[in-house]
Amino acid sequence: MWNDLILILDGTLRISVPFVLAAMGGIFAERSGVIDFGLEGKMLGGAFVAATVAHWTQSAWWGLLGSIGIGIIFSMMHGYACVTKRGNQVVSCVAINIFAMGLTVVLANAWFGMGGTTPQLPKEARFLPIELPFAESLRDVPILGKIYYELISGHNILVYIAFLTVPLTAWVVFKSSFGLRLRATGENPLAVDTTGISVTKIRYQALLLNGMLGGMSGAYLSTAHLGFFVKDMSAGKGYLALAAMIVGNWRPFYAMFACLFFSILFAVKDKPEISEILKDLVPVNLLDSLLEMSPYILTVVILAGFVGKAIAPKAIGQPFSKEN
Amino acid sequence: MNERQSNNLVVTIVTVTNLLVAFFISGIVIWSLGEDPWFALKTMLYGAFGYEEGLGYTLYYTTNFIFTGLAFAIGFHCGLFNIGAEGQAYIGGLAVGLLCLWLENWPLWMVFPLAVLVSIIFGGIWGAIPGYLKARHGSHEVVTTIMFNFIASVIMVYLLSHVLRPPKEMSPESRDFGERVWIPQMHEIFDWFGIEITQTPLNGTFFFALLCLLLVWRYVWYTSWGYELRTVGTNESAAIYAGISVSRNIILAMAICGGLSGFVGINEIMGSSHRIMLNFQAGIGFTGIAVSLIGRNHPLGILLASLLFGILYQGGAELSFEVQAIDRHMVVLIQGLVILFAGALENLFRPQIEQIVKHFAHRTL
Repeated sequence: MWNDLILILDGTLRISVPFVLAAMGGIFAERSGVIDFGLEGKMLGGAFVAATVAHWTQSAWWGLLGSIGIGIIFSMMHGYACVTKRGNQVVSCVAINIFAMGLTVVLANAWFGMGGTTPQLPKEARFLPIELPFAESLRDVPILGKIYYELISGHNILVYIAFLTVPLTAWVVFKSSFGLRLRATGENPLAVDTTGISVTKIRYQALLLNGMLGGMSGAYLSTAHLGFFVKDMSAGKGYLALAAMIVGNWRPFYAMFACLFFSILFAVKDKPEISEILKDLVPVNLLDSLLEMSPYILTVVILAGFVGKAIAPKAIGQPFSKEN
Repeated sequence: MNERQSNNLVVTIVTVTNLLVAFFISGIVIWSLGEDPWFALKTMLYGAFGYEEGLGYTLYYTTNFIFTGLAFAIGFHCGLFNIGAEGQAYIGGLAVGLLCLWLENWPLWMVFPLAVLVSIIFGGIWGAIPGYLKARHGSHEVVTTIMFNFIASVIMVYLLSHVLRPPKEMSPESRDFGERVWIPQMHEIFDWFGIEITQTPLNGTFFFALLCLLLVWRYVWYTSWGYELRTVGTNESAAIYAGISVSRNIILAMAICGGLSGFVGINEIMGSSHRIMLNFQAGIGFTGIAVSLIGRNHPLGILLASLLFGILYQGGAELSFEVQAIDRHMVVLIQGLVILFAGALENLFRPQIEQIVKHFAHRTL
């Protein structure tokens, strides 16, 4: 039982990475007052580009760089449409998501001709688990050794990066002067403008970070988690990350915990032991389906505010212009 | 030219320009894949119009897009962004399919109205729940409707692979239902008048779609409910001040969206496949967004835009058949661009176009 628990938590950590990265990206955009439903598209685009570049260069790091690139391209498209041209932010996000859905499959098919999939990456071109120092030797230490060996050690570098971005985001948003401007822009852009700081510039900077993180979340899916790209592989994860961010009240640590919570549901689904226990209560097929839809249902329930009340940045979704 | 005429002219030119920009970029993508965009365009047009079968398929797809386009438009007039047509069509279609399996020996004239009713009820409920959550709990409809798409998809996979699949069949589909409740296909309808055309999936639902266009047009612009709907969409505080219930209108609008999306099931299941299949709605719901935005959320515009996307779908199929390097998903890419340029960047070229129109309008005076 104890072992199972550790393994489930271990799975939870692995699964939560794209959620955490995307949620941090979402925090930057939304804290500056720009809605970002486009995380889904950035994740998908990032996943495809990372897999493709990693395949060509045989290096996961170039793949990661590529995914950051596509994330930034998408977030700059979003910025041009909503910040510069003051278009409808939700429409722009949906456009980016659908564009990414089409583009990835079209390119994957044109370049690899495998029905929207990219070739399986060899070990060298993927992010592989890293064993932390002393993990093996501490393995037999009761409880803590086990936790260190299974839970903390043995993940790939992106997992550690993802959980480092959380305190980093928290520091930037709440402690740095950029963060102060960022939050002010999201709450009251006019006030920011009167102090002589460009609202447009802050929002573009926020979107730059947003694109980087969004793209990275995709790279994890295709170069660390799976090792190739499949069409529609983000499967709503970008939206779940967004929901986690909202539940977390646009705060990095709260959002991270929300992400972990979602991920437990996915982790439980992958554990046959749990099905064993529950199968007396519900038929196996039905149970699988119920577990599969549970993160989506939970998102709906949480968003409806049945769990706490979310307070969004005041100026979210409103284009800023000096005239009014 | 009076104010209104010149305004309409500006809107038309702006829309066409946006569309052309989206196509131009798609052309660049095709060119960068090493293919000839002109050849692609010619192949698509031939595929969509060049022969009777192609035209049939084009209009068959058009029928679907009319439903989901209208579904998006109704929400948009109420200030909502319904991207859940996909799931609503799925659940509506499920209901239609189940009804047909159940009443397969009844005459069509009795089953058809019932099918319309159940797709309204089931699709409508699938739309109304996000509507309710939006109205009462303020959860954003974009996230909720997307989640409902995923939930619908899981439900359908479960039902089709474990409940509705006949025991000895492998593929996750229901059995075929009886011929009595099939909606007559277009070649049969033409046959009644002694005209012979090629057999395609195009069926009588096409006329029902045209009727829906008319009804939505009357509803939105000529009824008090439609007036309330538009007021909520244009100015929520004004609506509250005028005593219009915002939440009632949001829920109602989402229910209508769902009902209209559900009609996709009538075209696909009663009209063509005659059984419930996996992913019969794939992509149709999302296309509705582009259709409605490019049609400026007006039934006439939606009709034209549905035809355009019917051409893109059928032509795109022809193209991917002819040119291996170009995938069918090219259409999805074009949709994204259309939504970007006709939706988010709709006013990109507007100032320039307004100037030009004004310039010429003064001359004609």
